[in-house]
Amino acid sequence: MIAFVVQRLLQSVLVMLAVAFISFALFRYIGDPVLIMLGQDFTREQYEMLVRDLGLDQPFYVQFAKFVVSAVQGEFGISYRLARPVAQLIAERLPATLELSMMAALLALTIGVPMGVYTGLRRDSWLSRFFLTISLVGVSLPTFLIGILLILVFAVQLGVLPSFGRGDVVKFGSWSTGFLTTSGLKALVLPAVTLCLFQLTLIMRLVRSEMLEVLRTDYIKFARARGLQNRAVNFGHALKNTLVPVITITGLQIGGIIAFAIVTETVFQWPGMGLLFIQSVNNADVPVMAAYLLLVGFFFVVINLVVDLLYYVVDPRLRIDRGAASGH
Amino acid sequence: MAEAPILEVKNLRVEFPTRRGTLVAVDDISFSIAPGEVLGVVGESGAGKSMTGAAVIGLIEPPGRIAGGSISLAGRRIDDLPYEEMRKVRGREIGAIFQDPLTSLNPLYTIGRQITETILTHLPVSPAEAQQRAIGLLREVGIPAAEKRIDHYPHQFSGGMRQRVVIALALAANPKLIIADEPTTALDVSIQAQIIALIKKLCCEHGAAVMLVTHDMGVIAETADRVAVMYAGRIAEIGPVRDVIKAARHPYTDGLMASIPKVGRTDARLAQIDGAMPRLNAIPRGCAFNPRCTKAFDRCRAERPEPMRVGNSDVACWLYDAGQGGTR
Repeated sequence: MIAFVVQRLLQSVLVMLAVAFISFALFRYIGDPVLIMLGQDFTREQYEMLVRDLGLDQPFYVQFAKFVVSAVQGEFGISYRLARPVAQLIAERLPATLELSMMAALLALTIGVPMGVYTGLRRDSWLSRFFLTISLVGVSLPTFLIGILLILVFAVQLGVLPSFGRGDVVKFGSWSTGFLTTSGLKALVLPAVTLCLFQLTLIMRLVRSEMLEVLRTDYIKFARARGLQNRAVNFGHALKNTLVPVITITGLQIGGIIAFAIVTETVFQWPGMGLLFIQSVNNADVPVMAAYLLLVGFFFVVINLVVDLLYYVVDPRLRIDRGAASGH
Repeated sequence: MAEAPILEVKNLRVEFPTRRGTLVAVDDISFSIAPGEVLGVVGESGAGKSMTGAAVIGLIEPPGRIAGGSISLAGRRIDDLPYEEMRKVRGREIGAIFQDPLTSLNPLYTIGRQITETILTHLPVSPAEAQQRAIGLLREVGIPAAEKRIDHYPHQFSGGMRQRVVIALALAANPKLIIADEPTTALDVSIQAQIIALIKKLCCEHGAAVMLVTHDMGVIAETADRVAVMYAGRIAEIGPVRDVIKAARHPYTDGLMASIPKVGRTDARLAQIDGAMPRLNAIPRGCAFNPRCTKAFDRCRAERPEPMRVGNSDVACWLYDAGQGGTR
């Protein structure tokens, strides 16, 4: 178990180094940052001085090492556009994105799993068919369209929910939360629904197909032959066996939700990292883009690590055998 | 058979509606099992023997259904019970042993949890008592260090050991009847005899009758008191095991016996029955066996034979009809 964790951690470090390299390359080779900083008028001496100051005359690997060291310390440089430390900018935006993403993931799981179980157990009921038809909409409509449609209905026509922003937030140190005010919660509804819809339908369809698969297995038939109650068979035996693939996909999806909150945040002008990223792309604000890339990579790595550990919890076959299978 | 039978099946018919008409998997069969008796059910794949077992425990996969006849357990009709009532019968009054021990147990739970769960579902005992009973059962089925092994997962056991666990599960609530569906087919030959001996011994000790479904005549000869030979969804011959094996009356049984290799016999070729069992959608008129039967005559092709008393057996063959002179 410990060996497994250590191995996974080492792998994670390698992945992070690779991501760091890509974002470093982005930083270094998309245009000349010195030219961008100096603006229109400068002398040759000014240019060379800035290159020396920034350490850009040093060999490539020294620069990369410096980049990694400062990134580990949370130093990502100064935003070109806002002239403020990138780390500070991201720290301000992070709570908004995380709250939105977590809310969307939570919605997707708490609604998607029961719907999947229901449609798996009651294959032929009209409600199952209805869910499946609706889920096609969730899978096939692009996020921005769903967001705009929701705004049209709930913000413009019914006027019950705000169409943009985060509402009032409460500060806890550096963390700002919208969970504690009515306007904050109201503002969260539309973006969270928009963001979760795709994941929800995906999880529902996944749970459904896994349930159908598991319900055909011998151990489920045998559990029924043992006279166990339906609830015990369906939830105790069947659902638990569907969890490994569901955890895998959900884990990847949470990473995806954070990364692709970009679209939703743009539609709803949600003041999170995604919106920051889009604005940075528009202004070629490379330090912010590089930091964002690193951060999203980091989230994916952490989530994958958690997913791997959850496998261990769920499936005893992956745990190290205490007593190997005995003879006959 | 002075004692009232534990299981009485009368004119049972199992149908599968399909797009191209109804398939009759089990066609009008009747038999009974006395308390403590072992009834062997043999036949080729698709003869309807497993389907008969599934009908008795009420677990025919939809769209299959019991289309006629009755099944009574200890005098009480069970084929028309509502699902919840039948669930209480399964495991409590009828235990089941499935074919493949590798897939009969849920891989995610310890065997102890699966056994105690069965006990607690059916018997009014405390969890601690159930645990004690589970350890006792594991000892009875010959699992060494049962107190320790009870906390192990199925993958930590070999195939033979897992089948022992399955037997313990079948006996968990002391049922009066055990349905063993090919309990040794998936096991190594060296283990088969042990498992069969174990089933026989335990059912004898627990006073449970056994319906032993198999295609292995050797197993039947060793274990069963009586044997039913099934062909194309019907019972061809049913009688005491000695009579059926030593003096098979139905031409099909005769052919089946002749096709079993015997140690010490030096014939160059093994006898075989020409042709194959008809598919369920193409069962011939009259006796289902007539196209393959060497003794068939006109009546066999026109009329379906009903079981007739011949000695201690019931044989569905026109050869034994009084009108035909009963010669052989």
